Amino acid sequence: MELQTLTYLVVGATFALYIGIAIWARAGSTKEFYVAGGGVHPVANGMATAADWMSAASFISMAGLIAFMGYGGSVFLMGWTGGYVLLAMLLAPYLRKFGKFTVPEFIGDRYYSKAARIVAVICLIIASVTYVIGQMKGIGVAFSRFLEVDYNVGLSIGMGIVFFYAVMGGMKGITYTQIAQYCVLILAYTIPAIFISLSLTGNPLPQIGLGSTMTGSDVFLLDRLDAVLTDLGFADYTTNARLSLTNMFMYTMSLMIGTAGLPHVIIRFFTVPKVKDARTSAGWALVFIAILYTTAPSVAAMARLNLIETIEPSPGEYMVYEQRPDWIRNWETTGLLAFEDKNGDGRIQYTSDAATNEMVKVDRDIMVLANPEIAGLPNWVIALVAAGGLAAALSTAAGLLLAISSAISHDLLKGVFKPNISEKQELLASRIAMAGAIAVAGYLGFNPPDFAAGTVALAFGLAASSIFPALMMGIFYKRMNKEGAIAGMLAGITVTLLYVFQHKGIMFIPSTSFLGDMSENWFFGIEPNAFGAVGAIFNFAIAMIVSRVTQAPPEHIQHLVEDIRVPAGATGAVSH
Amino acid sequence: MSDKNSYWKSNLKLVAICMVIWFIVSYLFGIILVEPLNNIRIGGYKLGFWFAQQGSIYVFVVLIFFYANRMAKLDKKHGVEEDE
Repeated sequence: MELQTLTYLVVGATFALYIGIAIWARAGSTKEFYVAGGGVHPVANGMATAADWMSAASFISMAGLIAFMGYGGSVFLMGWTGGYVLLAMLLAPYLRKFGKFTVPEFIGDRYYSKAARIVAVICLIIASVTYVIGQMKGIGVAFSRFLEVDYNVGLSIGMGIVFFYAVMGGMKGITYTQIAQYCVLILAYTIPAIFISLSLTGNPLPQIGLGSTMTGSDVFLLDRLDAVLTDLGFADYTTNARLSLTNMFMYTMSLMIGTAGLPHVIIRFFTVPKVKDARTSAGWALVFIAILYTTAPSVAAMARLNLIETIEPSPGEYMVYEQRPDWIRNWETTGLLAFEDKNGDGRIQYTSDAATNEMVKVDRDIMVLANPEIAGLPNWVIALVAAGGLAAALSTAAGLLLAISSAISHDLLKGVFKPNISEKQELLASRIAMAGAIAVAGYLGFNPPDFAAGTVALAFGLAASSIFPALMMGIFYKRMNKEGAIAGMLAGITVTLLYVFQHKGIMFIPSTSFLGDMSENWFFGIEPNAFGAVGAIFNFAIAMIVSRVTQAPPEHIQHLVEDIRVPAGATGAVSH
Repeated sequence: MSDKNSYWKSNLKLVAICMVIWFIVSYLFGIILVEPLNNIRIGGYKLGFWFAQQGSIYVFVVLIFFYANRMAKLDKKHGVEEDE
């Protein structure tokens, strides 16, 4: 069957499945809409968290970035898994014990202050919207490829589908839908990886294949990749650091603490039955995530090798442009891959020198989707990857939109401005908020600040610098008071936002970057994507200083902190 | 009350141990010491590279289950577990 027809069929079938589940489990009351009645098993919750977590950044974008960054791409691998350790040990069980719906609710109660709650809502919205921009980029890439249209058209169609999808079901719909999505996306990711690993190294396990020798030779795959790249004038794959080790350290830290500060992930741990389950649930989530994350390095290295060998089949002999394979033609339609025959020899040279390099544009976000085609895998595998990419992007976008809409309708409207709002009005407000968030993120997605994973990294930095320190100190430091927490959150997010906006443009619109994205101006050589860790340090420091010089929190708050530290007496998430 | 205090102290100690391991496998082996470790090889992997792209992730998974398991025992020992 023809590829495009097959892709329509597979994508259509998986969508029908998700929407079917969403309708079947359609949210009735607000409580179900947010936390699925608090009765989800840790393994099921872990799987849904994994689907929620692994977005377009993990599925579509990350391996492509690693393919071109080599060792430097490790920041994503360590950063987006190591955060679960922090989550399991520092936050999840305590927030579950606390037993409320949302992160700002915890911050508002713990810091006995509506102002703290509002600041948390604002930080949460800024981080989440940035995150959704990254998803929109991924969705745009996936739709443009499989509908064979320009990226901007693909993105517009994607926005419509995300809206329909996110508004349909609440958390319960989403929990069960996300289990289905996890299954689709993990199969879509691992099946091509197994095929490619088998053909390149003879070992079906990509994690082992990456460290094995090439089929029919005794050269290790990674050594071969290093050699090929240095021949073309690029840096070594296995030792090429991202800017500097300091930058990598901060980048990894920023992603890790951002993981533990992002509301759509934390909210997941409100849905397990017990405090004990919150800990194991984080473990199960990481198991399901690790399956993809340990496969990604192999996908990255093997895709880079296959790409180079498509362009240069044997040393010194380059691909004839007119005889280029179909997958190249298809990606050229999207505007995300471009060639320019600079020396007019009808062949495509690929080198590290910008003056002679003829593969002038390779959007990193196309690599994973193009990978099975580059490797010449059967059409059904290619169709499956498209379905998986969409599953990843949609599930996360839906989870985030839920976090944004509940922040606005539950925390701002019901919690602060209009406490007497009816359930129906609250639900309506949350849907309007969702539509607004999709429109803003989609609009900014036409000119995203970075590749999908890079944009998402910015979102993590914002969460790391604002939410995480406030949550952690709220649990581990009894003396932290409202003045300290509010000052800390404001300082952290302001420092990070200023740094990011200065280099990437206000609201990521490039023409407004007031000093230009100049790497020589980077603080200690730390790139904007990695700056959240610095913001978090500011947050902690300012909060500590301010709390020392202001009044200790009232007695009942100190009791509240003591109470959330022990599992006994936990109740389900309750409406109030 | 004192039992709650000693429960919290044991928890903090356990968290500290886990965080040290968490730091060692990622930041120390994967970033700070990556260059010297890369001189050691396991198959086609340079060791520092392996920790950064594979090893640290496996350790993270084990670490969370280890922590969850120890905490469940600690909950029981101090009588602070939830009702079944």
